[in-house]
Amino acid sequence: MPTIAMPELQFGEVFANIDLFLEACGLTLALWAVALAAGLSGGLLVGLARLSPRRWIAWPARGYVELFRNTPVLVQLIWFYYALPVLSGIQLPAFAAAALALSLNASAYCAEIYRGGIQSVAAGQWEAGRALGMGRLRLLRRIILPLAVRRMVPAFTNRAVELAKNTSVASIITVHELMYTARLFSSQNYIPMETFTVVAMIYFLLIYPFTLASYALERRFAAGRA
Amino acid sequence: MGYVWDFFAVARNADILLAGLGQTMLLSVCGIAVGVAIGGVLAAMRLSGRRTLSWPALAFTEFYRNTPPLVHFFWFFYGLPMAFGLTLPPFAAALAALGVQSAAFFAEVFRGGILSVETGQWEAGRALGMGRARLMRRIILPQAARRMAAPFVERSFELVKTTTLAAALAFHETIYSAMVIVTQTYRPLEVYTVVAGLFFVVLFSASQLAEWLEARGRRAGAR
Amino acid sequence: MTVAGDVVLQVEDLHKSFGSTEVLKGIDLSVRRGERIAILGSSGSGKSTLLRCLNVLEMPTRGRLILDGEAVGKPAAGGATRYREAELNRLRARVGMVFQQFNLFPHMTALENVMEGPLSVLGRSRAEARRTAQRHLERVGLGGKADAHPARLSGGQQQRVAIARALAMDPEVLLFDEPTSSLDPELVGEVLGVINDLSEDGRTMLLVTHELGFAYHFATRILFLHEGRILEDGPPEQVLKSPREERTRRFLDRFTAFRF
Repeated sequence: MPTIAMPELQFGEVFANIDLFLEACGLTLALWAVALAAGLSGGLLVGLARLSPRRWIAWPARGYVELFRNTPVLVQLIWFYYALPVLSGIQLPAFAAAALALSLNASAYCAEIYRGGIQSVAAGQWEAGRALGMGRLRLLRRIILPLAVRRMVPAFTNRAVELAKNTSVASIITVHELMYTARLFSSQNYIPMETFTVVAMIYFLLIYPFTLASYALERRFAAGRA
Repeated sequence: MGYVWDFFAVARNADILLAGLGQTMLLSVCGIAVGVAIGGVLAAMRLSGRRTLSWPALAFTEFYRNTPPLVHFFWFFYGLPMAFGLTLPPFAAALAALGVQSAAFFAEVFRGGILSVETGQWEAGRALGMGRARLMRRIILPQAARRMAAPFVERSFELVKTTTLAAALAFHETIYSAMVIVTQTYRPLEVYTVVAGLFFVVLFSASQLAEWLEARGRRAGAR
Repeated sequence: MTVAGDVVLQVEDLHKSFGSTEVLKGIDLSVRRGERIAILGSSGSGKSTLLRCLNVLEMPTRGRLILDGEAVGKPAAGGATRYREAELNRLRARVGMVFQQFNLFPHMTALENVMEGPLSVLGRSRAEARRTAQRHLERVGLGGKADAHPARLSGGQQQRVAIARALAMDPEVLLFDEPTSSLDPELVGEVLGVINDLSEDGRTMLLVTHELGFAYHFATRILFLHEGRILEDGPPEQVLKSPREERTRRFLDRFTAFRF
């Protein structure tokens, strides 16, 4: 006979309240979308700044990127929610603080992807464009970025996955997204095992399509290069 | 009127913060050890060429790579023990979550490194009559290790950052210690700025060191 | 004890398919001790696959392999053969291989490359492995490069180290898979010179090559493969100068620079 009784699991209870979790997904997705959009646009600016030959532009950009890549995302969220209001005198709502922190975080990582992608384009392309008399900006838009984008897309997809996982940390500063709802539900119903298992599955279903897409893109890129 | 900074509030409680940093380091080192051990097994399973081994390992790594680590922290702290009527100390739960979650990533680092070694190297070893284990140890791993170094360091830094989530389990690591100091001093700006600075100094200098070592290793390898 | 001239390697009804493509369509071959066999054929004829089947780097789909009178592997359903890993390792320790891409171990010096087999497969002592390795490096004219890593050697030098590495196992049969095909033209000669010098050992050698002139002088026997079958099998004089098959003639005609 086993000494530890097999637990009686009550997944039914979780599924009976599944609408609660699905509703909370809305805020998770909102946080994800805002941060991803901000990361893709802000990251381009920061990435270009890092490539600038002018030090007073490149160095602050590097400082920003290094700061956000070398500190835990939880510290960033806590700082923008609890510390920033002391400095600014304005208490941000939890969602706004989380969105701001995650956006800045995503921009830092995306900046590195843009930078790597742009640098991977052969010098000959820059020279060919300049030989046509193209200005720096036009050259970037018409030649370099379209070439670099193929290399960057798998990395961005990957970043989107990391970002989606990071949104769950917002629960610690009381954003009522999926993870927060799970913690609340599990403590009210005393079925943490079932709750967190189901929530892990929901996250997996949200995130995995992106991973599959990045695999497909990587394969296509690898085939295109051959 | 400007805000008057008071870093003395932090300095007076430096011992609490440093103790927290020590716990962060301890959890990180143990997490890497557990993650590497489980990750090694997972990588071996995926490379075994047997579906009964490689498919479960694939499912495991894909699941943990595509779900937030925070869920696993809660699952191991509240979920698993309560289902069996037990309790786990926060450190053990955090270590279990961290170890299992990072194992999925370490497994990919190991697998990627091994697969990056050219098939000609396998064939040359086999043509000499080397067995699989010896071939792996003498020919493949020494070459793979060099290519694994950079992604391994990167994953380890991710792991250090992830340990902060243990604060949500009331484990006395750096952030939890910071929260304790804040409740005593009401100085969140100074405390959390110092915490961010601490992490930055530790991780940034470590990454610079790793980069330097890697460049040196590359030079030695090009000999 | 075996006598010179007896059959050292025998292949019976060897088939190899990759997916639905059959590359070898039934090869029968007896190799006598001391023979030097050049295997010719256009690309896709299956000549490299045949060579790689001889030390089971490619698993034959069907057929039997007999080394020194001992069948390798156990017969299985459908004419296939099952091989155990330990058995294959013993076979490969006795059948040496030199690759087109050299495949030297980049993390080891030239000497360590040559020592590796005797040390870890034959269980020789470090001192003994070092002595024989040094001797074999000198034999291929690279005694002075013992401590160089492969990245510091030219292609021709790398291939000569690879030959020394194979020789250090003292194999009964030595296989060369297009050993000069990835070399710059000016480096081909030094490698062929080393291979030619090995003739005096009386070692059994099989060589897949496109160097018809070298094959003519080096080989005691020439095989011409076409679409997975042996089309010609005879002494160089006969196969290269008066081939029986039209296919062989057309193949030889393409090498216009080739004159006897």
